[in-house]
Amino acid sequence: MIVSVASGKGGTGKTMVTTNLAAALADNVQLLDCDVEEPNAHLFIKPEWTVRETVTTFVPKIDENKCTFCGECAKLCRFNALVILKDTTLTFAELCHGCLGCLRVCPADAVKPGERELGILERGVRNGIELVHGRLRIGEAMAPPLIRKVREQARKDRHVLIDAPPGTSCPVIAAVKDTDYVVMVTEPTPFGLYDLQLAIEAVRVLNLPHGLIINRCDVGNDQVWKYAEKEHIPILMEIPFQRAIAEVYARGDLIVEALPEWKSRFRSLWENIVQQAEKSRGRESEQ
Amino acid sequence: MREMVVISGKGGTGKTSLVGAFSALARNKVLCDADVDAADLHLLLQPEIRRRESFQGGGLAVIDVNRCTGCGLCIELCQWNAISDDFVVDPIACEGCGVCVHFCPEDAVDFPRQTCGEWYVSETRFGPMVHAGLGIAEENSGKLVTLVRKEARNLAEARGLDLIITDGPPGIGCPVIASIGGASAVLVVTEPTVSGEHDLERVLQLVKHFRVPAMVLINKSDLNPDMAGVIERKIRELGAVFVGSIPFSKTFTQAVVQGKTVPELDPNDESARKVIEIWEEVHNRLASLPSR
Repeated sequence: MIVSVASGKGGTGKTMVTTNLAAALADNVQLLDCDVEEPNAHLFIKPEWTVRETVTTFVPKIDENKCTFCGECAKLCRFNALVILKDTTLTFAELCHGCLGCLRVCPADAVKPGERELGILERGVRNGIELVHGRLRIGEAMAPPLIRKVREQARKDRHVLIDAPPGTSCPVIAAVKDTDYVVMVTEPTPFGLYDLQLAIEAVRVLNLPHGLIINRCDVGNDQVWKYAEKEHIPILMEIPFQRAIAEVYARGDLIVEALPEWKSRFRSLWENIVQQAEKSRGRESEQ
Repeated sequence: MREMVVISGKGGTGKTSLVGAFSALARNKVLCDADVDAADLHLLLQPEIRRRESFQGGGLAVIDVNRCTGCGLCIELCQWNAISDDFVVDPIACEGCGVCVHFCPEDAVDFPRQTCGEWYVSETRFGPMVHAGLGIAEENSGKLVTLVRKEARNLAEARGLDLIITDGPPGIGCPVIASIGGASAVLVVTEPTVSGEHDLERVLQLVKHFRVPAMVLINKSDLNPDMAGVIERKIRELGAVFVGSIPFSKTFTQAVVQGKTVPELDPNDESARKVIEIWEEVHNRLASLPSR
């Protein structure tokens, strides 16, 4: 089963939930940190890295000896990655999405596959938790291709947890698409609620079953609960604001290890998720 | 004209609350919400929308079943696995590259342009504001960021205002890159946690890459004073300017709940006083930077 942890708003506690859930399950669990712009799960899991590889994507490389400057490639490219001047073809590698259209359209066979570095992919293990994450190269704009690369590492024989990036646009979609269940982490403030509503709309577009964790549940107001009730979104867990929790998190430690009473709570959370996911699967097969 | 963009690397450090507070303190400015994915500044400023425009992104492939002969070439060529075996394009997976449109032997693929968001020019109690909403699960957030920043600049020029304060998106990818290019300075809001430190380092590298002067403030600084000290040293190492710390305070949440900015809620509150002090520091530094 693949469970993704998401939220519209940043800083609501996605990584805290994902890493502690992984540690509570402890064995047979794989954690994919798909927040490739700012991966943080490794700071809490502290794995021994065993694999480190550079991830690249296709970009066109023009063979100047073959190029006739006919302009077919530039006409086809929707992302302005190719520009023809009188007797030179310019490539703007950072704008290329890697559709390979230029490669196919060139009548002179002048387009060769080149590479652009997206970032690196690392894999490591600690205490039965396998962590895989991507680190987007500084200056690289496109996170989704690297996120998809991290997603490809998912193992069929394990519980897979995905730490998603914040927001509601393409990086989040790439992280949560085709997962079995989405856990939304929010905080009960107007910011939290507004961004949650956007994120819920996004998972509904993807038709994914989802539930809610309300972090810092004793700050703010009651609007998030009212919204969850109105929209029939199950609340999986509530976490109060405690300075002790904030301090453990700030240090880079796991709540389930520093405050042992939380271990059983995160175990119950997992059971809760499994139950809800089965329920929604049951509903789907009836339809 | 100067533009200061508030970014953070890590989400949830307090960008929007601070931009809200600066809105109440700064003069002669335009406010700009460039966190188009999850714009929140309007929740503090309750803008009255005066102008509303749709935002056009690129096209998306749609296969016309009447013209399609089922040859399968498009499925083979699509790099995003966006076309099903029965020739239906998944609009979420489609990248809008148009390869299927170009190569279809039957010309059976249409490519309608998509409206993928809206942008607004509004009035608030603190002056004019430009903001936007990206449609759900849409791309092109970088383009929309560029657009709202350009409109904020046009508005400032039209009204003779010399400052733009921009609420930026989290992360270091496409929307952030679009939000910092050509800015006079960025203000990075961080927090004293291992995640805050890690993300600050990455976002400062990005800012350096684009050669924009950077100021940094540490929010919730008393959550981990040791880490706050480590981060202060790191800020200087990375060539940025440390402009101050704000201790953790429930005032921030209370202000958000009431739809007010921190200085409006209680200007004598300790954290509000700190915010005012930091704004003066930031404003002076900003004034000494070249106008763009």
